[in-house]
Amino acid sequence: MNARSQALLQVSGLVKHFPLKKSAFGRGGGVVRAVDGVDFSVSAGETLGIVGESGCGKSTTARLLMHLITPDRGEVVFDGAGVGGRDLSLRDYRRQVQMVFQDSYASLNPRLTIEDSIAFGPQVHGLARGEAVQRARDLLARVGLEPRRFAERYPHELSGGQRQRVNIARALALQPRVVILDEAVSALDKSVEAQVLNLLQDLKDAFGLTYLFISHDLNVVRHMSDRVMVMYLGQVVEIGAAQGLFESPRHPYTRALLSSIPSMDPDRRTEEPPLAGDPPNPIDPPSGCRFHTRCARAEPMCAQREPARPQVFPIASGGGPGVAQPWGRSQVACLMYEPGSGHSAAPAATSPDPVRVEHP
Amino acid sequence: MLHVAVDPSKVPAVAFERSPGYWQTVGRRLLRDRVAMGAALVLLLLLVLAVFGPLLAPADPYKASMLSRLKPIGTPNFPLGTDELGRDMLSRLMVGARLSLFMGITPVVCAFVLGSMIGIVAGYAGGRTNTVVMRTIDVFYAFPSVLLAIALSGALGAGITNSLISLTVVFIPPIARVAESVTTQIRNRDFVEAARASGAGAFTIVRVHVLGNVLGPIFVYATSLVAVSMILASGLSFLGLGVKPPEPEWGLMLNTLRTAIYTQPWIAALPGVMIFATSIAFNLLSDGLRSAMEIKS
Repeated sequence: MNARSQALLQVSGLVKHFPLKKSAFGRGGGVVRAVDGVDFSVSAGETLGIVGESGCGKSTTARLLMHLITPDRGEVVFDGAGVGGRDLSLRDYRRQVQMVFQDSYASLNPRLTIEDSIAFGPQVHGLARGEAVQRARDLLARVGLEPRRFAERYPHELSGGQRQRVNIARALALQPRVVILDEAVSALDKSVEAQVLNLLQDLKDAFGLTYLFISHDLNVVRHMSDRVMVMYLGQVVEIGAAQGLFESPRHPYTRALLSSIPSMDPDRRTEEPPLAGDPPNPIDPPSGCRFHTRCARAEPMCAQREPARPQVFPIASGGGPGVAQPWGRSQVACLMYEPGSGHSAAPAATSPDPVRVEHP
Repeated sequence: MLHVAVDPSKVPAVAFERSPGYWQTVGRRLLRDRVAMGAALVLLLLLVLAVFGPLLAPADPYKASMLSRLKPIGTPNFPLGTDELGRDMLSRLMVGARLSLFMGITPVVCAFVLGSMIGIVAGYAGGRTNTVVMRTIDVFYAFPSVLLAIALSGALGAGITNSLISLTVVFIPPIARVAESVTTQIRNRDFVEAARASGAGAFTIVRVHVLGNVLGPIFVYATSLVAVSMILASGLSFLGLGVKPPEPEWGLMLNTLRTAIYTQPWIAALPGVMIFATSIAFNLLSDGLRSAMEIKS
């Protein structure tokens, strides 16, 4: 099946700038460029992993997708219908796309019993209370919590892993098609984390779910994802099939990021120097390529010219030279791969690039 | 202890394990707090006086007697002496509990309802709505509460209803402020985000997810205001803006007895003692409630 022909979720040109508070004397007033032009698409049934350092805009992207914050610009198309438009109301969209948060305790109302928390969503969408509670109990059993023991308990009586199972059940209560997992297992112990990851895989197979798996843990992302998107300072730097991306990363940032994973195999150690320092301030991002300040392969022109964003379109029609995007190689936003960009490693302007689709 | 091997199939279908709810736990913790329970006992006694005072009073609180004015404490037939018109102090203090408690509690209850509504709406809405509402509320903050109560009562005219209204207005800003700050905290928690993500409207979210987490702390704060309200109400009566003579009310009694402060200081102090005891009891109870509610952050 050509999964790419039917994108379930298409995001294009997503931008969110948070204005800074102005000081009393009218100074300041800049913006934090949390998400600055992000495009990607997710096919039905796949898991898209999103990785990056803290502050790179992973969570903001998740919240934008959920419309918990309103994007400044950009478009989210779900199953062919623009979200918030005439075809798909925000309310209907939210029934299909759900989210699991990182903090398992803060994401449950301490005054509600577990089953009431889970049954809340279905009741909002018109299910009678009795049926909603029944669904909550069924889901509790499904996520491995015995309903008789847990349904009428309060969140503070559960362990972190149990609470995260409840949060997963709560997200599934609306029978969504897409679940956004925003660092959903990051706060758990390693053993519990593995159990929850297995549970997530089981649920994905059972309910035919599509996951957006956000994490800073590269090994977990590799284990879970079909495709991976790497973000840096609010932009996508590389996106591609998980195996290809992890085995032969192309963007210098991805390489540096992956080299930070301790390798068990001495032959597989990368030569790439690890990243030093913190990412630059997103209030005032570097000119040109945002990574040039920390990039081992940077050349003077990298500060001048902004690399083109990885293309996710055109996807729709099969065939044609523009669609030749092999699963094996990822798409990058890097001048080294841009024909005629002027970077010494870049291919000549005339040479046909097998991956990039140049557009005017 | 007897250990018996249990055949699982013979165990009757057990009900769902239900843990005590939040308020049950708070109640149990409060019952273990001796100071709070003492305060509650005092308040219970006052409540009994407020309800049954006229029936329990040994004498008619309105019956004056020129012959027995300002009798000292311990005089036969007048265990707590008499006031400047010869009325039985004990009876007047007992009957006065009704009006004084009424004047103390009613404005706080009204302000609790209105102030919570204002504060929760402002806190949940956030942004510009919040700024507009809260800055308006802040205007009332500019006046000291005593001054505001006196000014409003004076403008509205003397009388019980008017002093209740002015006291309510005095207490709305502080309650709204507390309500706004707790609501703002709760609003940013992930479970409210999750509720929004499930497509629920603002009203539903406030009803299901915000109120339960917010009303407790506001209530605790409001109970601590009852003491202030009683003192302010007494102050208004003392100034002649609240309850009118010859009604027995502690603040008013304090006022009319001030002429006797050099001749019978103990009698003149009695209504003050009642006000003091009541407000202390309310404060201690609200303190106890506050610590009982801090189960887990």
